[in-house]
Amino acid sequence: MTTSRRKFIKISALGLGAVAASTTAINMFGSNAYIDELVKQNVSKKFKRTATYCEVCFWKCAAWTYTNEDGEIKKIIGNENDPHCYGRLCPRGTGGVGMYTDEDRLKTPLIRTIVNGEDTFREASWDEALDLIASKFKGIKETYGAESVALIKHGAPGSHLEHLFKAFGSDTIAEPAYAQCRGPRETGFNLTFGTWVGSPEPTDIRDTKCLVLIGSHIGENMHNSQVQEMSDAIDNGATIITVDPRLSTAASKSQFWLAIKPATDIALMLSWMNVLIEEGIYDKEYINKYATGFEELKNHVSQFTPEWAYGITTIKPEVIRETARAMANAAPSVIIHPGRHVVWYGDDSQRARAMAILNALLGSWGRRGGFYFKEAAKVPNFPAPAYPEPKWGWKEIGEKYPLAQMGITTEVMKCALPDKDNKYPVKALMIAGTNITKSIPNKKLLEDAMDALDFMVVIDTMPMDVTGYADVVLPECTYLERYDDIRSATNREPSIAVRIPAVEPKYDSKPAWWMAKQIGERLGLGDYFNYDDFKEVIEWQLKEMGTSLEEMEKIGVKNYPRKSGSMYINEDETYTFPTDNGKIHLYSQELKNLGFDPLPNYTKHPEPPQGFYRLNYGRAPMHTFSRTVNNPNLNDLKKENDLWVNPKVARIIGLKTGQEVWLKNQDDIISSFSIKVRVTERVRWDSVYMVHGFGHENKKLSRANGKGINDTELISKVFTDPIMGGTGMRGNFVAILTENPHKNTEI
Amino acid sequence: MRYAMVIDTLKCVGCSDCVVACQTENDVPIGFCRDWITETVNGSYPNLDLELKSERCNHCDNAPCVRCCPTGASHITDGGIVLVTADECIGCGACIESCPYDARYQHPDGYVDKCTFCHHRLEKGQLPACVSVCPTKCMYFGDLDNPQSEVSQLLKNRKHKTLAPEAGTNPHVFYLI
Ligand code: SF4
Ligand code: SF4
Ligand code: SF4
Repeated sequence: MTTSRRKFIKISALGLGAVAASTTAINMFGSNAYIDELVKQNVSKKFKRTATYCEVCFWKCAAWTYTNEDGEIKKIIGNENDPHCYGRLCPRGTGGVGMYTDEDRLKTPLIRTIVNGEDTFREASWDEALDLIASKFKGIKETYGAESVALIKHGAPGSHLEHLFKAFGSDTIAEPAYAQCRGPRETGFNLTFGTWVGSPEPTDIRDTKCLVLIGSHIGENMHNSQVQEMSDAIDNGATIITVDPRLSTAASKSQFWLAIKPATDIALMLSWMNVLIEEGIYDKEYINKYATGFEELKNHVSQFTPEWAYGITTIKPEVIRETARAMANAAPSVIIHPGRHVVWYGDDSQRARAMAILNALLGSWGRRGGFYFKEAAKVPNFPAPAYPEPKWGWKEIGEKYPLAQMGITTEVMKCALPDKDNKYPVKALMIAGTNITKSIPNKKLLEDAMDALDFMVVIDTMPMDVTGYADVVLPECTYLERYDDIRSATNREPSIAVRIPAVEPKYDSKPAWWMAKQIGERLGLGDYFNYDDFKEVIEWQLKEMGTSLEEMEKIGVKNYPRKSGSMYINEDETYTFPTDNGKIHLYSQELKNLGFDPLPNYTKHPEPPQGFYRLNYGRAPMHTFSRTVNNPNLNDLKKENDLWVNPKVARIIGLKTGQEVWLKNQDDIISSFSIKVRVTERVRWDSVYMVHGFGHENKKLSRANGKGINDTELISKVFTDPIMGGTGMRGNFVAILTENPHKNTEI
Repeated sequence: MRYAMVIDTLKCVGCSDCVVACQTENDVPIGFCRDWITETVNGSYPNLDLELKSERCNHCDNAPCVRCCPTGASHITDGGIVLVTADECIGCGACIESCPYDARYQHPDGYVDKCTFCHHRLEKGQLPACVSVCPTKCMYFGDLDNPQSEVSQLLKNRKHKTLAPEAGTNPHVFYLI
């Protein structure tokens, strides 16, 4: 499409797709001094492009960083051959330039010190900061063992530090991306299909005939290739069914918007199963061939009629039937999307199970337009000694949650709280690339835990709120200024991408790989970091993979042919699912054995008391959580969040759009800052909604400080998933305060 | 040659990528923009319609900004693109007032600036920056004089509208609805 569209512009092919702008372009617009000048400026400016992949979110789109003759980064453009972005970055990726230019960036290492009785930071040299970290880590290792030094991480810096920690002997590692985000769905789908969903999700949206989004707001979350494919699906006339109490962007593009009562998704899904089975419109052949536990499922859902679900969900029975039939009509080219940020009410693995079971009934797993079988290229490990075996780690810390498959951040934090019975004491903490006071709920727990620590290090590019709790802050350079691991993710075809620095690190910032190596060497772990520059690591890996850094510098992305066979089930053969018996588990014996419901059930969750509204939160397309709010380009697009309020509620309380309000939650926690009201029909009367990631407390974030409310600080009630430890965060309620509750405390 | 932009509101998600791409492509200073997003909600919960769309200069045939410009800095060039010659612009702001779309702004350097349809990219055979980056591929650009062009075909086959038709400006940014 893109190429044919280009042809429609009847301009000579001069420079079409060219990298450096051609100096010979002829001004087709006649003699116009201004244009001549502009064209000259643009044309004479030779751009250099450097391969990278984006770090503004976890989608990791491959891109080209364009620098001009003065070595300034001017723009970032998607790599055409990349299956994560198809040549088009999202607004955050395009605005990634601002991650580099932001003048509020961390500039030098900082060490906590006390001046006149007050804690403050002083600038420090790298040597001093790194020596201090190494000596503290060593001390804690001697007294408590290396396991007592924990890492909470996210993104590319996390993997370098994970290597350091494992070499040091600590597997006390966790990331919010699991228990605060996608963990429940990985467990739910794994229990059913024997495999994680993974990232990017193997949803075959471009070829789907029916896309079902349940509380997932593609288009407001800019998971790039999915947004693009959803647009293709709209062009192809696919049916979109969105289940959301709020008119999300996706809901507005759907043939069916099911404005469900919050916290009742499982009831709706059970009734969909009921219709599919009662009406005999499920994929019988697929179920007979591939699934076990159908009879149990059938018996289980026979009671969950659409009429039953109506009373719970407020979705009319005929709409439930009509949407179930629409899915069945499209099957197997139908996707019940697993969602991504799926921590709701603590029964989230079961919710994910319900999604997985629906997909199974519709025969969509392993089918075109449903879920494809993903494949990734194998990147060999750079030679290093084997890691020592820690005595305990994230697994033991999370042992209460039998199906946790990664570290649970909140459990790791709890281990820092003083408690003499604690078998797993965490004494020091390193936080890399995640602003935990905005990504992990229950701020009180976090603050108490951080308070109790002997030592805490934060690595970030920006003075995020969490840096304020650190003893040492290390300034990381941005992704545009460093090498990182080769990106190899699961896709339709295996695909790799490289990140190459376009410019030197600004200020005194450094890449995380360098910090890991420096600390490692100080801890006597030099053998694990057998290189001077991380470039050598990827050079070696690329060579092993049959390519080279020189080649990757030119192409940025390399796609390999599949090795694992077809993307979809070959209809003439019998596919073996990666479960214990090779079949899909509709009924989960594993859950039964662990004492959990083997089939999902609807549980009623608390509802807001009088005068309170359910606090719902989500994403805006131009921001990634809290990390982009201060980015000058992206801040320009959205500076603060607002509080979506239904007009009925606005009338009762007497609120107007633009009015400043504060929020108080059910535990009397009051928001640090105010938020502006936005009266809109797009939300229900029983809930309010805001975009996550605002309300920064650190004054050093000149644009973001004090703007809007941090939803996470109002999430003090956490509904923990007993199966895998996910922290459900959607059961918090807020009252709207029109008077400034901080007035008396302000002087 | 008559350039036009066609934007499919059924696909636009209002992400603002077009805005930030324009900013980085055209050195639009922080705090200003040549294009922007609007949201329109109609109806009441849960019977609602939401329209998101990306707006900019409409490169009008009958451009009030050009008519009212005292120096001739605002003018229409080949392909129907409305431009401002910065050197000739005295920054009086008459055009800003006259534009029914509020498409122009005063550049901190003193002249009036706005969308150029990225003519400098067209030169090189490239699409406008916003069109080339849009993640939903809801923006189309091309020549309306060519009946075979994608934009002509889309306008022939799809229901569409323009903004403020009552202003009689004959705009050249079209919205598929
Ligand atoms: S989706 Fe956007 S922010 Fe995320 S990696 Fe891609 S371009 Fe970057
Ligand atoms: S980039 Fe495309 S989808 Fe995003 S707001 Fe602009 S026109 Fe709409
Ligand atoms: S055509 Fe070019 S100048 Fe106009 S809005 Fe799009 S990117 Fe900006």
